[in-house]
Amino acid sequence: MIAFAVALLPALAGALPFWLKLPPAESSFADEIDRIFRLILWITGVIFIVVEVLLVYFLIRYRHREGRRAHYTHGNNRLEVIWTIVPAIICVVLALLSRRVWADIKQRMPEDAMHLEVTAEQFAWNIRYPGPDGKLDTPDDILTLNQLHFPVGTKVVVSLHSKDVIHSFFLPEFRVKQDAVPGMTTKVWFDAAHVGNWEIACAELCGLGHYRMKGFLVAESPEDFKKWLAEQAAAGAPQPAAAAAAGGPAPTPAGAPANAPPPAPGVSPPADGKVSVPPADRTPAAAPGQEGKQPS
Amino acid sequence: MPAPAAPAVAHELPHGVHPAPTSFWRKYIFSTDHKVIGKQYLFYSLFMLIIGGFLAGLVRWQLAWPGKPIGFMGKLMPEGMPGGQMLPEFYNSLFTMHATIMIFFAIMPMLIGAFGNFVVPLQIGARDMAFPRLNLASFWVAVPAAVIIIWSFFVTGGAAQSGWTSYAPLAAIQPRGQTLWLLSLLILGISSLLTAVNIITTTINMRAPGMTFFRLPLTVWALFITAILLLLALPVLSGAMIMLLFDRVLGTTFFLPAGLVVSGNALSNAGGGQALLWQHLFWFFGHPEVYIMILPAMGITSEILSVFARKPIFGYRAMAYSIMGIAGLGWIVWGHHMFQSGMNPILGTTFMISTMVIAVPSAIKVFNWLGTLWGGNITLTTPMLNAISFVSMFVIGGLSGIFMASTPVDVFIHDTYFIVGHIHYVLFGGSLFGAFAGLYFWYPKMFGRFMNETWGKIHWFLTFVCFNLVFFPMHFLGMRGMQRRIYDYSQYAHLKGLQPMNQFMTISLFVLGAAQVILVLNFFLSMRRGKVAGPNPWRANTLEWQTSSPPPHHNFDHNPTVYRGPYEYSAPERADDHWPQDEPPSGAAAPTHAHAHG
Repeated sequence: MIAFAVALLPALAGALPFWLKLPPAESSFADEIDRIFRLILWITGVIFIVVEVLLVYFLIRYRHREGRRAHYTHGNNRLEVIWTIVPAIICVVLALLSRRVWADIKQRMPEDAMHLEVTAEQFAWNIRYPGPDGKLDTPDDILTLNQLHFPVGTKVVVSLHSKDVIHSFFLPEFRVKQDAVPGMTTKVWFDAAHVGNWEIACAELCGLGHYRMKGFLVAESPEDFKKWLAEQAAAGAPQPAAAAAAGGPAPTPAGAPANAPPPAPGVSPPADGKVSVPPADRTPAAAPGQEGKQPS
Repeated sequence: MPAPAAPAVAHELPHGVHPAPTSFWRKYIFSTDHKVIGKQYLFYSLFMLIIGGFLAGLVRWQLAWPGKPIGFMGKLMPEGMPGGQMLPEFYNSLFTMHATIMIFFAIMPMLIGAFGNFVVPLQIGARDMAFPRLNLASFWVAVPAAVIIIWSFFVTGGAAQSGWTSYAPLAAIQPRGQTLWLLSLLILGISSLLTAVNIITTTINMRAPGMTFFRLPLTVWALFITAILLLLALPVLSGAMIMLLFDRVLGTTFFLPAGLVVSGNALSNAGGGQALLWQHLFWFFGHPEVYIMILPAMGITSEILSVFARKPIFGYRAMAYSIMGIAGLGWIVWGHHMFQSGMNPILGTTFMISTMVIAVPSAIKVFNWLGTLWGGNITLTTPMLNAISFVSMFVIGGLSGIFMASTPVDVFIHDTYFIVGHIHYVLFGGSLFGAFAGLYFWYPKMFGRFMNETWGKIHWFLTFVCFNLVFFPMHFLGMRGMQRRIYDYSQYAHLKGLQPMNQFMTISLFVLGAAQVILVLNFFLSMRRGKVAGPNPWRANTLEWQTSSPPPHHNFDHNPTVYRGPYEYSAPERADDHWPQDEPPSGAAAPTHAHAHG
């Protein structure tokens, strides 16, 4: 057993660089997150090695021997102060570094961005694009199911809603994760430097189909995106068959939001109770910065 | 049992002590003796540990070989595993119940119910807990809770399946098992509160003469602070669970916002509630809960390191203060579970800072443990090996916590296997190794005999190695973005290629599980066949070792008086390298008849 473990160690160590890799970083802030991740990995890695080496060294160096006595001491105040202050400083520095990146990702949404709405439900993602008028929540909105396309090089601000339970909008390669909470609007943004295909994962347990609540994320050239959006608009609402297959109701048809209930999340009365209820707290007033800022 | 003030006392018993019960029922089943209740909790938690481990095995089976049938499970759970093949909703039940059982029915009863009950009165020199009948009630309230939680597997729709965190609104709309989950934990909460009140009162009021607060063993310090946390945190969870129960069965809407549409049907009663309210309430309990499960193990570890390094604990006061510091800061960090929940991101920054600060007292403890080993005269007994494993594994669990404390990093690793790896390094690498250490350490006191050292070491070695092989790779899976709680990760492109690693982890878990058979056999066989221990086999200072093994019903034949701190090992003025807390200083007169505690 021990020989086996010893033989295994180099193999495991050799595989480390492979396993310590994060997925490719696609959004413009992904690298900043990865940088903090690697910084913490270095700091904690060094502390880990120092502590474990000391631990093992002490166990060997101070192992029991007949006739020897342990060193009688109750501690050392100077050491206590040092090992209180040094970790405190490291932690404060990490917190300050993190604060700035966090504010860029979650606190401030970019100004010059394309705005989308994503409404999660068991177990699908309903994506809503503004129509020709450039505004969301108007009758000409374009709806897709599980297909989020966006133009490369453009910042996308997503307003997240949920129809039923909590879901989480997770784009691993973009280092994006934000819960979609019923009765609330949460926002998150991202962008892509190059064209490609990725997946949208659900990261919050949402029921028996949680594991297959998958969407598709496509970054394409502005021209291709325009063409694709026009095709979706022409096709109207997405195929009901697809919606049924996803285990959920047909997505909200265009036009329904016209009678969206008033603002004030959580206190508005239940909507009329039929299918296609728009998220209760959505309010046209909540989207002022979005008007007239559409890309292309 | 007569009231503590019962005046009639057998002649040979010390003043104020009542005789042991003689009937089988009062002696072993409905006992008010803290030592018997401690053992009852020990059996209870070991039984639930086995069930929780079995559920973990099923979860890992699905992750290693998705959809591969297990024949006998098809017969045991025809609804959840028809033909032995696991359904997604059953998978959700498995990890929900694994966590619930391990946290509430295994780790907590073992650390607080078993060690808290058995050790606290003995270490402070008391004859029993302050409220022996509350103690009896607390155990027998915990039993139906366990029956209900296991029974919930067999009701229509199966056991609870919304995670141990039971986030609303999902938990409000799940099948019946969720209601049983709530009832079971509400009942268990009463049990925990009774124990908490008992430990707090006992520690404050029942200490032997001379046992000042800063002469308390660190195990008592840790359990005392833990009991305060429990007393303050648990009612918050119970309140939240009652609200969720009302949402489920009485049509209230505490956690149900307006306009909910589930599977195309509008929830007619929804409206006015807040989904995030549950998370705030749950984690306001849930974070102190994490410390409730780790502090007692920290206390036990401190105790054992000092005994087997034959050295005073390094920085005793710093250790006691850092327990208090962790407990105090533990109340203002709950939001770090909710960074991505939709909670205001500015609050996220606040919680990040408080979370970073709470790393400091944990660091102090680790360095003081190292300081305790430095210059020692270390014997690697089985309890010591487990205590050292606690230190080295807690370091990993503590350091990995810094990743998720950083809000931007948490954006990526939140709800991934990185988090699962972290909590298992704290709860298994930490709490469970601490519990194993305590088990091997106090077994001679509990049963009068040693557990077998050789088998103990084999058990430790296999557990330590396999534990790391199962749980360390979880960090890697998390770094690949593998979400937790997913039934079939092959759905996602970014998780393709992770199956071999998952299979490796599952096989390691099976070896880890098999190694626990050694522990169970050693535990039961040693009761009859183990080497007789004698009163103080580890030559330790604390009071529980200054009486026979197992101690008599009334714990001490004398009334112990305490003259010094608990960790006076290798004092230069003595030839002997230990110095019991109740040994009178040389030259001093033996104590006159000290006041007895009922």
